[in-house]
Amino acid sequence: MSYRIISKEKIASNEYDIWIHAPRIASHAKAGQFVILMADESGERIPLTIADTDKKEKIRIIYQVVGTSTERLARLEAGDSLSNCAGPLGKASEIPENEKALVIGGGVGIAAILTIVKTLKEKNNEVTCIIGSRDSEHIILRDELEAAADELLIYTDDGSLGNKGLVTDGMNRQFEEGKVFDAAWAVGPTVMMKFCAKVAREHDLLIWTSLNPIMIDGTGMCGGCRVKVGEEIKYACVDGPEFDGRIVDWDVLMNRQKQYLDEEKESHHRCKIGLDGAGEK
Amino acid sequence: MSTSKKRVPTRERAPEERNKDFYEVNLGYEKRDAMEEAERCLQCKNPLCVKGCPVSIDIPGFIAELKRDHISESAKILKTYNYLPAICGRVCPQENQCEGACILNRMKDNEPVSIGKLEKFVADWEREHKTLSVSVKEKKSKCVAVVGSGPSGLTCAAYLAERGYDCTIFEALHMAGGVLVYGIPEFRLPKSIVQDEIEAIKSLGVKIETDIIVGKTITIEELRDEFDAVFIGIGAGTPKMMGIPGSELIGIYSSSEFLTRINLMKSFKFPYFDTPVRTGKHVIVVGGGNVAMDAARSALRLGEADVKVIYRRTESEIPARIEEYHHAVEEGIEFHWLTNPVEYIGENGRLKAVKIQRMELGEPDASGRRRPVPIENAYEVFEADTVIEAIGQTPNKVLLETIPQLKLNRWGNIDADETLQTSMDGIFAGGDIVTGAATVIEAMGAGKLAAQSIIEHLEKRR
Repeated sequence: MSYRIISKEKIASNEYDIWIHAPRIASHAKAGQFVILMADESGERIPLTIADTDKKEKIRIIYQVVGTSTERLARLEAGDSLSNCAGPLGKASEIPENEKALVIGGGVGIAAILTIVKTLKEKNNEVTCIIGSRDSEHIILRDELEAAADELLIYTDDGSLGNKGLVTDGMNRQFEEGKVFDAAWAVGPTVMMKFCAKVAREHDLLIWTSLNPIMIDGTGMCGGCRVKVGEEIKYACVDGPEFDGRIVDWDVLMNRQKQYLDEEKESHHRCKIGLDGAGEK
Repeated sequence: MSTSKKRVPTRERAPEERNKDFYEVNLGYEKRDAMEEAERCLQCKNPLCVKGCPVSIDIPGFIAELKRDHISESAKILKTYNYLPAICGRVCPQENQCEGACILNRMKDNEPVSIGKLEKFVADWEREHKTLSVSVKEKKSKCVAVVGSGPSGLTCAAYLAERGYDCTIFEALHMAGGVLVYGIPEFRLPKSIVQDEIEAIKSLGVKIETDIIVGKTITIEELRDEFDAVFIGIGAGTPKMMGIPGSELIGIYSSSEFLTRINLMKSFKFPYFDTPVRTGKHVIVVGGGNVAMDAARSALRLGEADVKVIYRRTESEIPARIEEYHHAVEEGIEFHWLTNPVEYIGENGRLKAVKIQRMELGEPDASGRRRPVPIENAYEVFEADTVIEAIGQTPNKVLLETIPQLKLNRWGNIDADETLQTSMDGIFAGGDIVTGAATVIEAMGAGKLAAQSIIEHLEKRR
């Protein structure tokens, strides 16, 4: 199986938008699901949300370069092939009908809300969308989300686009204006999701958050991605990745995401100076 | 030739040398030694060893050919019964199977024939010399989908392919082999050997598609439309965990995660491979089976830590192969019997220590082994940076959730009859997903039986 990169576009500093030839995944993928891909045989298995699909032929992945594995992924250009790509993994988003939804995306997580917004609209929901990032450059998919959602609000840390502030400021403003929602989604950095969940809890609003713990197989085989939701231990790869953010134990998730910080630094350093991987030893 | 009551020993790397790397521990027989050991076989007319073998290999037959120095013929006999002889020779618990049944056990001071090591010798000789040609029967029009590329799936597909059926194996991970690749470590089963055996199966015409999660990437309904029969051999894929306080701390692994990182993702070669693994200075492995031995010995080989195994019963109850246990002891792993973890103690989110409760043996339980009973107020604390829980597996739900009409038993495993037919027409299942966690050779036996049932099913439909 060849997972050819059909196109590649740099959409922000360190962020890339690629379409991959993967008909089987494209024809089965639903909103909220992800793939696990490997750039090459000595790389890590990288979980990434499916940002979009097209004609049951290809899938769209938007990723940010954060370490060795994504750096090596970024070295692949259009025409190159990934060594592996498996999915669609995880449970699909629970999309209601004829309701009012609030969908929040932050940073590269904005990529993960596009299919949720589109599917919500297909099911006749009214969708308010809030996206946020540090600056205007990192507000991605603005035109597509503007076209898909009923309303799009933008927040940047430096005020270079839209409102100055955080997505939680945007949430609070909605509630101050007396808006009522039936369900919400938030996808972005863990700390953002944690605070979105806090605001939602204060307003008694169900909020789905897409968790991104460290993961290997993505099929429930290793248990590495376990998260604490309510009093239960769940595997994000098969029970999620979306969970009710109001009962997620965010501190456990953030702690477990730090497991390999030292190794990641060492590996990324070697990668940058060209001493990485290729599995030669 | 006079024969000894004792086995001819195989060459093994010294414990203090091998416990620092991942190269194979047992170097096997030289030809001369193998032939000498083969002479010890009495060539019983009514061989008990064959009855002890889950796939009924003609053991006296392959040993007889070896005695005559017809190694190619010997390999041919092995391959008739077993598509993965180089693997079985290494990982089968022979002491409970063929060797346990060997008639020599009944003779004073005699050790049983070293059947496993002879199998390994013959299989390795054939891997090197490649004397056997592939013979595939006339192509049939029927095709079979096999879900999972572990020992049961590989065997089922090979058996069918050899008889002319078109077989495609679907594997969820990026490499074929299942537990042979992600579970069993390199020092016990080199991955190059697994690859050789898989190549041999591919040469029969079996197609293997990796990265396919059946139930997700392709549904079981799609497989039923496309294929005439389906075999499910997905193993017992989800780790059981203790679930005691502190389980969310950094430093606590399931054995599946720890071994997958090392074996499949090659984190023992980090940073040359990108996936890391970390042990810290003190490792505790929980459990007494083969997986616990594999995890403990792998942790030791990463080179940073002292390794303890804690087990709630005693030495005489451990389910591990005796050879693996002996190897673990020789390599410097400490065993603490009648101990069970009750709490993980952390500091800044990382594991620091394990609180252990002392146990004693009570009345026998359903397994016939004496039940471990906690001793009140008998606690101890062991320092630990890493805990690896190797306490068993439960069925993986990813595929099963998508076919609610498939009947399961009360343990959540697939309910299959004695022919391995499931409750759904044309769907067969075998291996750990039916029996719960068992051995490689038992899974292979199930794969073969399922293949025979599938042929009967396909031919009757005509």
